[in-house]
Amino acid sequence: MSTATNQFQPATTTGRLANFIDTRTGASPIVKFFARKIFPDHWTFMFGEVALYSFVILLLSGAFLTFFFDPSMSHVTYNGAYAPLRGIEMSAAYASSLDISFDIRGGLFMRQLHHWAALMFVMAMSVHMLRIFFTGAFRRPRELNWVVGCFLLMAGWAAGFTGYSLPDDVLSGNGLRIIDGILKALPLVGSYLSAFLFGGEFPGYAVIGRLYALHIMIVPAAILLLIGIHLFMVVVHKHTQYPGPGRTENNVVGYPVGPVYAAKAGGFFFIVFGILALIASTVTINAIWNYGPYDPSPVQAGTQPDWYIGVFDGALRLMPGMIGDFSFLWNIPMPWGASVSLPMGVLIPLIPVGLLIVGMVAWPWIERWITKDDREHHILDRPRNAPTRTGIGVAAVVWYSVMMMAASSDLIATHFHVAFNDVLYTLRALFFLGPVLAFIITRRICLSLQRRDRETVLHGHEAGVIEMSPEGGFHERHRQLDDFELYRLVSFDDTRPTPATPGRNGKISGLEKARAGLNRMFYEERVSPVTREELVESRLHGGHGDHLEPVGVGARNGGSNPEIAH
Amino acid sequence: MKALSQNRRHPLMGLALLLLGLLVTGGLYSVASTVNQAQAATQVTAAASADDIAEGEKLFNANCASCHGTGAAGGPAGPSLVGVGAASVDFQVGTGRMPMQMNGPQAQRKSTQFSEEQTAQLAAYVASLGAGPGVPEDEYLDIDAEGVDIAKGGDLFRINCAMCHNAAAAGGALTRGKYAPSLQDVSAKHIYEAMETGPQNMPVFSDSNLKPEDKRDIIAYLKTIETNGSPGGLALGSLGPVAEGLFIWTAGLALIVGFMVWLTSRSS
Amino acid sequence: MGEKGFEGTEEHSGALEHAGGDTPRYAIENPGLPPHRPRLADEDPRAAKRAERQVSVFFLISVLGTVLFFIGYFGVGQIGNDEDFGLLFLQNLLLGLGVALAMLGIGIGVVHWAKTLMPDHETIEERHEIRSEADRAAAQGMIADILDESQIKRRPLLRNTLIGAAVLAPLPFIFAFRDLDNTDNFSDQAAENFGPERLRHTMWAEGVRLVRDPTGSPIKASDVTLGSAMHVIPEGLNEVEHGKLNEKAKAVVLVMRLDPSKVDITPGREDWNVDGIFAYSKVCTHVGCPIALYEQHTHHLLCPCHQSTFDLTQECKVIFGPASHALPQLPITVDDEGFLVAQSDFHEPVGPVYWERG
Repeated sequence: MSTATNQFQPATTTGRLANFIDTRTGASPIVKFFARKIFPDHWTFMFGEVALYSFVILLLSGAFLTFFFDPSMSHVTYNGAYAPLRGIEMSAAYASSLDISFDIRGGLFMRQLHHWAALMFVMAMSVHMLRIFFTGAFRRPRELNWVVGCFLLMAGWAAGFTGYSLPDDVLSGNGLRIIDGILKALPLVGSYLSAFLFGGEFPGYAVIGRLYALHIMIVPAAILLLIGIHLFMVVVHKHTQYPGPGRTENNVVGYPVGPVYAAKAGGFFFIVFGILALIASTVTINAIWNYGPYDPSPVQAGTQPDWYIGVFDGALRLMPGMIGDFSFLWNIPMPWGASVSLPMGVLIPLIPVGLLIVGMVAWPWIERWITKDDREHHILDRPRNAPTRTGIGVAAVVWYSVMMMAASSDLIATHFHVAFNDVLYTLRALFFLGPVLAFIITRRICLSLQRRDRETVLHGHEAGVIEMSPEGGFHERHRQLDDFELYRLVSFDDTRPTPATPGRNGKISGLEKARAGLNRMFYEERVSPVTREELVESRLHGGHGDHLEPVGVGARNGGSNPEIAH
Repeated sequence: MKALSQNRRHPLMGLALLLLGLLVTGGLYSVASTVNQAQAATQVTAAASADDIAEGEKLFNANCASCHGTGAAGGPAGPSLVGVGAASVDFQVGTGRMPMQMNGPQAQRKSTQFSEEQTAQLAAYVASLGAGPGVPEDEYLDIDAEGVDIAKGGDLFRINCAMCHNAAAAGGALTRGKYAPSLQDVSAKHIYEAMETGPQNMPVFSDSNLKPEDKRDIIAYLKTIETNGSPGGLALGSLGPVAEGLFIWTAGLALIVGFMVWLTSRSS
Repeated sequence: MGEKGFEGTEEHSGALEHAGGDTPRYAIENPGLPPHRPRLADEDPRAAKRAERQVSVFFLISVLGTVLFFIGYFGVGQIGNDEDFGLLFLQNLLLGLGVALAMLGIGIGVVHWAKTLMPDHETIEERHEIRSEADRAAAQGMIADILDESQIKRRPLLRNTLIGAAVLAPLPFIFAFRDLDNTDNFSDQAAENFGPERLRHTMWAEGVRLVRDPTGSPIKASDVTLGSAMHVIPEGLNEVEHGKLNEKAKAVVLVMRLDPSKVDITPGREDWNVDGIFAYSKVCTHVGCPIALYEQHTHHLLCPCHQSTFDLTQECKVIFGPASHALPQLPITVDDEGFLVAQSDFHEPVGPVYWERG
């Protein structure tokens, strides 16, 4: 070791610094590993980055806010800059939130930046997950990372909700009131859970401090840990890529980290920061000064949670509490005399949201069980090439959206001049019909798009030129695809249904029959990719053969651009 | 209406309102605590010119009687107006809600169909039919007066009004297509009259519930937040988290995707 | 020429192997990366110079943004107590735009630099197997050896006592959370310090006056005029030192007057109202939002959180929305001085349903 320092004599200051670090940490292999690592470049691959950067901005702006926020529910009399609340009794938490907004320079900007970044964070995670789902990037070997991503999304909801409640205003206080009501509805443990959260009865004096601990320490720590695992696994797996020329299951095509990818990704952080700052400086978010200090008596029209909690709130709104004279409050007599209450009107709405969450987490295994596809996948599916999965995904999105829209039923009503009763009746119908219709329509669209791909492969692009044949017939001239484009359109697998197979005892179990049934649903209707024979056939003897304008790569570039022609 | 609210601080406006208050009868207040005030108003009734009442009756018969019946006794399409008072007429006609354009869940605010003078004449006529709340005294509309407490007004607003009208007075939904309207650009007088008379499905906030000074505090609070505007930038209709969520999913997402597409596209 | 591709030309495939070995999976073989198309700046030094200037302009815009921030911070300065809100708006705008420009300037500049001047040749990296069979076997062997050396399998006494200890050891840290529910111990009003029993009681009791929220002034029956709605709290609530909001969250009441002949009153409740003045709990029986919206002609009460609608003429039965049972009614009467007072507490727990409610 002692000689190691003498072997290499750096010439520059940077070199000396690098050498200093390397000799003490052995960082060279890490640099070697990362510096020229390849990352594919596609705009849909960047939502994860947006989420990550939003989170960094949340940490930065949140750190600022912690220095000025007082998470206490003790009563103070406000005497700050906002005249319409001066002299009003309120909690120290609300008063300090007002001080941040009105008395601390840049405080309002930081509050708005923090809140907008939170909305952006959860939105970016959601869109990122949709991209992963619809392109099949969750398949082996990335199932575990999908699960980590699901937990990140849920941790994002938790971080958002705990933060939303901190200012202790009427809006968020009523949000907590709803949480209290949901907790109390849980069988057996409900009233105790509520008492443990609020430190006794609602609202108590403890909940803001407890949410604060969750919001600034426990939840962010969990998110950081999950992000660490998530990114580590991305490095282990290497990034997926879309099908296309040059891309195979065994390679990654893209740009090296240094310098291009690092510059783009690093620059993108500043862009995300800039966009959020732009929004935070021009658009108000959470005008707590309008809502007033929390008090259990007042409430306001338009009491809604932030968008990502909307699905829970909307599910609650969709559920009818009474059908005719039938009540969903079930009082069940117990053998020892007392009776217990089950407010099914609160419990039933938790089921669809729970199903969505469980379905999301378990999807990689559900799909693998149905399709029996246990191969590694690094090439993504184009969504149209997996019509059933895409249909199921859109159905889930529609189901989610119906519930989320229900959370704004009153605002839909006032803005479109209809009765919120009718809005809710419609959404109740859509709750059942919407996903089914969405599935059928989406799958049809996917199959049609696949057929159009086939058409394009076999007959080329319509050139927009109409030719008249000597006989007087009219034809549109078609331009043949070049190999690169052709490969993108034909390089997917033609998976056929796998019939039920007998188990070890030689019998086909009921479960296996169900699997085979689902598998049939997955693959029965499909559009196969163009085969080599079909392609040869169409090019040599196709009906439009006479009108093909044979433009291959070579022909297109032939001579005209010598730098590109090979 | 907007002109009226904008000009409400005009020196002549006070005079006009004073004249209006003198001309239009206040009628009897239904509650003991305001008997004195009501008596004062009744005395003015005598002073209200018979001409105005007669003019008002003509206008009423031509424009309102088809629904509210002759003598305002009520008809198939409209309730009796005997005893609703001048404040109610001034609010309904002065905000353009009456005459109604069509039957719906509730009458909507629109441009007024009668001049201020005609409105006053109609009010005088209806007030002459039976005692009811009169057009508010000028002193209770002066939000810059001594002793006006904006913070108390805000407190009262949140307890009594915000559940229907929204915390920033942007309006909200009621059952079966009815709604509580936005209070933006509504004149102090009309806000006062609405609290006093409880138009349509709004509850009545009589003087025994909210004293005239309380009503003035509420109006002062509303006018303060209206002139303050939104210090944080665009208010997005003051509708809260739904509007904010919609914004991030449209403008926010569009901005981000725009930059992403630019970032990953090849340079020419 | 154009037909070469599907004949399987290797012309463009370069160093690439196609997936699936010798038998091609797809109609044509992987043609390899498309040829690199040079950018303007790659060929034309002037274009490169222009890109360089553009990037530096973006960096300069960033500098201006930072300056703008300081103009907003010190130029507008601390905003005093009674100053115009326009100033705060201006300050927020300047600070935010300053930061936005500072960040976007750097971001757009760097990305433009990467796009126009840094090399844009797509590169190929091979994937490696995530695990190798040899590593797995070696690891498995090591674990087996470790377990063996620890003797845990051979000595079940050690194993079982360790498991017992390990199961019990975390219990203190779970039970230590019991006092998460402790703040009521300091409350002025709490009848019970733990458990759901306290949810049954509110401050209302025989003779407690109904007073206005938030002023606390008592209400005469004559004050409640037809069509009006009053937000009411029990007398003495405003004087509660500790636990005021807890009590308020259960005790808030809405008082309305309507023509008593319009109401279907169930037997036993005939004397719970005073000449058509009804008092109902303001806490929604769904999940607890205040039901403060009263429509004076339809006599509907509406919760703005989840749109549960209650019909006052049917003793606040649910007619729409997710609530499953009627609002509890507070029996009221008038005292000697003519003020509204409660006859007793509510006859059932108010607010959201909980397991032990029965």
